[in-house]
Amino acid sequence: MSAVLVAVLVLLGLGLVFGILLGYSSIRFKVEGNPLVDQVDALLPQTQCGQCGHPGCRPYAEAIVNGEAINKCPPGGQSTVEALADLLDVEALPLDAEDAEEPIKKVAYIREDECIGCTKCIQACPVDAILGAAKQMHTVIVSECTGCDLCVEPCPVDCIDMLPLEPSLNNWQWPAPKPGIELIATDRQPGIALEVKG
Amino acid sequence: MKNTIRVHQFHGGIHPPENKKQSTGAPISLAPLPSRIILPLQQHIGLPADPIVKVGDRVLKGQRVAEAIGRISANIHASISGTVVDIGPHPVPHVSGMDADCLVIESDGQDEWIEHQGLPDYTQLAKPELIEYIRQAGVAGMGGAGFPTDVKLHLGDDHIVNTLIINAAECEPYITADDMLMRERADEILGGIEIIAHLLKPLHIMVGIEDNKPQAIRALHDALDKSHLNLDIVITPTKYPSGGEKQLIKLLTGVEVPSGKIPADVGIVCQNVGTTTAVYRAVILGEPLISRIMTVTGESANHKQNYEVRIGTPIADLLNHSGVDRAQMQRLIIGGPMMGITVTNEQIPVIKTTNCLIAASIHEMPPQPPAQACIRCGMCEQVCPAELLPQQLYWFAKGKEFDKARHHNLFDCIECGACSYVCPSNIPLVQYYRFAKAEIRKEDDEQRKADHARLRFEARLARLERDKIEKEERRKQRAIEAAAAQAAKKDAAFNKAASPATNNPTDAGVPDLKQLKSNAAIARTKLRKAEKALANAQDKGLDGIETLQATLKQLQLKSELAEKAYTEAQQAPAKSAAAPETDLKQLKSNAAIARTKLKKAEKQLAAAEAGGEGDIDALKAQVVALQAKSADAEKAYQAADSGTVSPVAIDTSALEAEIATLQGKVDKAENAWKAAVESGSPAAEKMAAGVEKLKEKLTGLQAELTQARSAVQPAATVDTSALDTEIATLQGKVDKAENAWKAAVESGSPAAEKMAAGVEKLKEKLTGLQAELTQARSAVQPAATVDTSALDAEITTLQGKVDKAENAWKAAVESGSPAADKMAAGVEKLKEKLKGLQAELTQAKGHLETNAEGKAEEAPAIDLKALKQQVSIMRTKLKKAEKQLAELPEGEDNASLMAEIEALRARHDAAKASFDAAEADKIAAAASEGIDLKQLKIDAALARAAVTKAERALSKAEQESKQSLETELLSIRAKADKLNATLERFSD
Ligand code: SF4
Ligand code: SF4
Ligand code: SF4
Ligand code: SF4
Repeated sequence: MSAVLVAVLVLLGLGLVFGILLGYSSIRFKVEGNPLVDQVDALLPQTQCGQCGHPGCRPYAEAIVNGEAINKCPPGGQSTVEALADLLDVEALPLDAEDAEEPIKKVAYIREDECIGCTKCIQACPVDAILGAAKQMHTVIVSECTGCDLCVEPCPVDCIDMLPLEPSLNNWQWPAPKPGIELIATDRQPGIALEVKG
Repeated sequence: MKNTIRVHQFHGGIHPPENKKQSTGAPISLAPLPSRIILPLQQHIGLPADPIVKVGDRVLKGQRVAEAIGRISANIHASISGTVVDIGPHPVPHVSGMDADCLVIESDGQDEWIEHQGLPDYTQLAKPELIEYIRQAGVAGMGGAGFPTDVKLHLGDDHIVNTLIINAAECEPYITADDMLMRERADEILGGIEIIAHLLKPLHIMVGIEDNKPQAIRALHDALDKSHLNLDIVITPTKYPSGGEKQLIKLLTGVEVPSGKIPADVGIVCQNVGTTTAVYRAVILGEPLISRIMTVTGESANHKQNYEVRIGTPIADLLNHSGVDRAQMQRLIIGGPMMGITVTNEQIPVIKTTNCLIAASIHEMPPQPPAQACIRCGMCEQVCPAELLPQQLYWFAKGKEFDKARHHNLFDCIECGACSYVCPSNIPLVQYYRFAKAEIRKEDDEQRKADHARLRFEARLARLERDKIEKEERRKQRAIEAAAAQAAKKDAAFNKAASPATNNPTDAGVPDLKQLKSNAAIARTKLRKAEKALANAQDKGLDGIETLQATLKQLQLKSELAEKAYTEAQQAPAKSAAAPETDLKQLKSNAAIARTKLKKAEKQLAAAEAGGEGDIDALKAQVVALQAKSADAEKAYQAADSGTVSPVAIDTSALEAEIATLQGKVDKAENAWKAAVESGSPAAEKMAAGVEKLKEKLTGLQAELTQARSAVQPAATVDTSALDTEIATLQGKVDKAENAWKAAVESGSPAAEKMAAGVEKLKEKLTGLQAELTQARSAVQPAATVDTSALDAEITTLQGKVDKAENAWKAAVESGSPAADKMAAGVEKLKEKLKGLQAELTQAKGHLETNAEGKAEEAPAIDLKALKQQVSIMRTKLKKAEKQLAELPEGEDNASLMAEIEALRARHDAAKASFDAAEADKIAAAASEGIDLKQLKIDAALARAAVTKAERALSKAEQESKQSLETELLSIRAKADKLNATLERFSD
């Protein structure tokens, strides 16, 4: 009888101790915000374009965590969908966009002599990538532009173009090899090379 | 030759055929002077250099033509003398085959050196200065990627450098540039090493050299015997890629540089032999890096040998010079066969890192056989010098599993090509790795950008939020202030209503006091600013002082007016006002419509005249007709107005405002006239006449004012301060006019006499005014006040029109327009009309006066609404005009617009003033009678009573119904009792 009592008391005591411990640590090590939302947000391209139907990437991240489909971000392309599917351990759906190809990165250019300085585009830009002041010529800081398109529509004189980035030596990159491509290290065929040597 | 140092081993490596002997037969020879050179602005790792010469500039050999930007960058120097002919995109040695910005210099054939001189004793120089000297010479690594050398020399600052390794391995097939360099210029190399060692202070210096260069080794040893340098020449077995930095370090020291680290992290610095000569030449000879040793070889080349080539020489020149058979040439390779790039454009220039040019025949480098599937033979893994798993990396790259590739140390791959070389399936492995690396870099870049965008987005949101809160706070603040003002107003009104005994007219002004006070303050501030500006302008003797003075005067007036209004409101008794009740509104709007039409027609006329178009006469006729109509309408309205007006208080403030405006105009006109006289304009005389007329009008108005004041029998205490101000202003004007006159006399201007006359007149006017003032003061008696504000408003409008017309006329005169005379006539007409109106006003006032005693009791409501509307219309108009002005492109003539705005503003102010006055009056009137409040109170009392009644009724109803129920209940009970009784009785 007393053994049973002791066992019960010990278990009770243990339960109490761990309960307090857990309660304390849940307060002490409280995680601010929803970590999953942060993780999802980190995968989104942060173009802040609103094409997903949400006012920015973070709201969409929240929506995804709350069960919205993961294939609604056209700027992110299929690779983002896959990354999200990976993170959330769900099926990778095909991208929900008209042309499901990988998006071409574009940035906004203002035809500066046509700008009337109405500042409408500044108000539209989600990342403050447009520089200008009332009645002054405006210009886009190319390195800050996310290519979200949002400034094109409000411009009353239609002087903003979305142009793909000019290829240059700085953004050139090696393409994927195609079969039958020629390589330089051709003297891998020792026979011929040796012949030459000899 | 024996090694004194034990040579270690590195993993893997291959032994491709060397093909070096072909190009070591002949000594280094100087390549011919190119007719033009192309200098890519980016020949090194880091930021491209910035050109510091222009197209057309003559440059000398060795002159710096492009400047390093940032820490990791290198200067670029001209390697010939000649003229800069182009700065722009040109093909450059890059795998992509793309163009990049280059400087093109056309040779003048003289090959003229810029003045240069080495350092006699570099050890005297502080290290940073010596390094800067080397940086100025544009020295960059000449072996591999072209890393700016000065950056590596600075490594001694924050790293402990134990070992300096000179890379002379030159492991790639075909290339013999370093070999020949060592054979022929070993002392330069040792000199360079000495300088580098001086800077880095290593404990140990080693030169790593493959054992397939015995002559070079001997030459180095010979040179070393003559030198006091203490270094080890370490001979390594020939194996590709022992020239890789990390591989050579492993060979020479046995130390493995950890993944992701640089050799300096383990205390080692590597330099290429080529770079040591460049350092030597820069420091000892003062020659910047403008040439290098380069191998030209390949089966289709006739003379396979090494050349000293100027940087920027097009490779076509070299191919021609060494007699390359283009027909036989299958591929053209810059660099070695393992790590070089295939190029197709022969205009590509030689750059600082170009060490070899292979013009290969088809026999030498046959096309790549098609790739086959990986058979997992593992040969690639065995040869990989970086100890990677090439086939694994290949799978990952192919399957785009870049993350996994990264985890398999993809970035340790030095792209040596050993794995591709041995792969039996001919898989282009290296290209897969390059692709995967690029993809990963891109992803990283995008991630970085995305993070950056997120930060900016969040910062923007925060900013917007902050703005919103601030705005909200400001709004709240305003609301609180407004509420306080409202409460004050109500309080005042209530106090009045509540205590009819103390129905003191002084209270009437209370509600508006704040507004008036702030108005006065604003006017004062403006005035001060204008004064400052004027003082400034006078100090600096700027132009436009006169206009500034005019503005100042106007401001002064305004300020004074505002202050006066404020004091008046504080002290003056309430002026009960009244307004006609009949269909005055209708009449008024008629008049307004007529006026608008007239204005439009006038505008048309002006436009037509300005444009010199026909039909002016017809238009004019129209205008005249309209004017008549407008005048009629106005008259009708005024008649109705004055006819129905009941005894009311005279508001002389409107008249005063009129006078002030007129005075402003007079000032302006005088200024314009003076300007005209000074500039000798022919229009001056006409202007003088105009000024005279204006002055007359002013006098007339002033007389009217006096009349109005004196005529009103039952008058409130008249404020003579307006007159005082006027007199003061006039005095100021007289002073100014006298000054101007004196100046004119001094400068012997012909206008002096006229001016004198003007001054005389002004003085006369002043005296007149002063007399008026005395009169006014004596005549003032307690009186009811007459409301002539409607007439006043009319006059203001007309005056505005007159202003406009005058401005237009002035502009016309200035621009010498033929329409000026006609305009003058128009102005005259308008003025006449104005006078007529003014006369009417006087009449109306007189009329009022006679009626004054009769119906003194009645206090009809003022047409506040109409006044208010007028004010808002004026405001809108004013705003529109201002906007127009703002939108007007600069440089266009905006004088007329400005004038219009001025006029509008004056009108707006007048309308506002009359409205304010009317409103104040109304409030005062309402307050004095206590109508609203009383009514309200009564209403409230009634309502309260009703509620009490209703409540009572309700409770009564409740009681009643209860009672009835109870009675019913009782009766029912009685009935029941009865029934019971009966029942009992019967049951018994
Ligand atoms: S669609 Fe636009 S706003 Fe939505 S997640 Fe993608 S980039 Fe962000
Ligand atoms: S919206 Fe168009 S016109 Fe307006 S500031 Fe931007 S670029 Fe200029
Ligand atoms: S050498 Fe070529 S075939 Fe062999 S394992 Fe490596 S990649 Fe595959
Ligand atoms: S190319 Fe890269 S993977 Fe292939 S052998 Fe060289 S270091 Fe290894």
